[in-house]
Amino acid sequence: MKKITAERIKDAVKEACLSIQYRYSPKMEETLNSYMNKEESGLAKNILKILLENSDTASENRLPMCQDTGMIVVRMTIGQEVQIVDGSLRDAINQGVREAYDVGYLRKSIVDDPIFDRKNTKDNTPAIIYTDIVDGDEINIEVAAKGFGSENMSALKMCKPSEGLNGVRQFVLDTVKKAGPNACPPLIVGVGVGGTMDYAAVLAKKALFREIGEENPDERYAKLENELLSEINELGIGPQGLGGKTTALGVFIEHYPTHIASMPVVVNINCHMARHTKVVLK
Amino acid sequence: MIQITTPLNQSQINELQAGDLVFISGTVYTARDAAHKRMIDDLNTKGSLPFDINNQILYYVGPSPTPPGQNFGSAGPTTASRMDAYTPTLLDLGLKMIIAKGYRNDTVKQSLLKNQAVYLVAIGGAGAMLGKCVKSSEIVAYEELGPEAIYKLEVENFPAIVCWDTQGNDAYIQ
Repeated sequence: MKKITAERIKDAVKEACLSIQYRYSPKMEETLNSYMNKEESGLAKNILKILLENSDTASENRLPMCQDTGMIVVRMTIGQEVQIVDGSLRDAINQGVREAYDVGYLRKSIVDDPIFDRKNTKDNTPAIIYTDIVDGDEINIEVAAKGFGSENMSALKMCKPSEGLNGVRQFVLDTVKKAGPNACPPLIVGVGVGGTMDYAAVLAKKALFREIGEENPDERYAKLENELLSEINELGIGPQGLGGKTTALGVFIEHYPTHIASMPVVVNINCHMARHTKVVLK
Repeated sequence: MIQITTPLNQSQINELQAGDLVFISGTVYTARDAAHKRMIDDLNTKGSLPFDINNQILYYVGPSPTPPGQNFGSAGPTTASRMDAYTPTLLDLGLKMIIAKGYRNDTVKQSLLKNQAVYLVAIGGAGAMLGKCVKSSEIVAYEELGPEAIYKLEVENFPAIVCWDTQGNDAYIQ
């Protein structure tokens, strides 16, 4: 049985939390650059230029790109040949988050109770943690720092099966329209279709862990993603909602079998930060 | 390039057009959700605010902590609609300019018009760059709220876009 210590998991989570806050991913920079070159409106072009410069300013000064340094979402797969030793998994993850938010001068944005008191936990914990047991002897850790300007504009619809493809299409477009400037466009749009009500939301979040430009392996979904991206960018919302061709940079769809009576759809909105990364512990 | 320097001047405010990119230098106060709630509580219980809001600029922001060697943390705008319920009261007290991001409701827009005040939007996601525009900061009230405390900032060339001007033009496509 392969042994992996809780300490290694803590260090990996800490490093991951810090690695995503001070610079866009190279692929995101490339994508923003190419959209900037396609923009005709002076204001839209200028905003995208400022966003790219912001990434430089952030890394040069080690200031987070955005003051909303997010709630940490961890998606883990644990090989069934692995034993986690010398500590608890959940504590290790939260300790990694705590240390990163302290040394990184990141904003602590988590309150302890959603309704009563809403007292800040002052260390940005707890994280949202998803674990899955899989074959193998590795631990895969994906970490995202999810901002809530965009999270707040996400939405769920239990579509009727008869609404079909157009139902999904319309709901995605309506959600993006409603989000408008609030979610800080340009956006990344994560869509989860199928499963149950809750699982569609898990899928939509999973979709946001895809790297920009990464194609859906199912060609029907790849085509739908491309069509939706074009349709969203034809809405004219533009960078920061002030008009332009760049409303979204990517649409990612995850799907799962569902019940004969339903077609759950969740649209999880992300901003252009798209702060996420992946570590493998062997 | 339109430059705005505080103290604000009504005739300059009236010339601003929705869609204009402006650069602000001078004093700006910060407040977001919890500070707004506390300000309204103070008005109701004490009859006054912890600072004179007349002719001032309010920026909706919850900055990240200031690292050593920096003047301020990352400081981009937060979503304005959560403050809609409190805003008309503050505008009636003379608040002249609000900087945030996102839609405002009709009550806020009408109150801005009535008070000849303006709503500007800063670039969401440009927090590091906006934080670098802050040259100095001091906490004015509600220190226990941490990033939600009211700070008095001195800013230099802080970029923002006029969203709702004194003629009622809206820069957002709706």
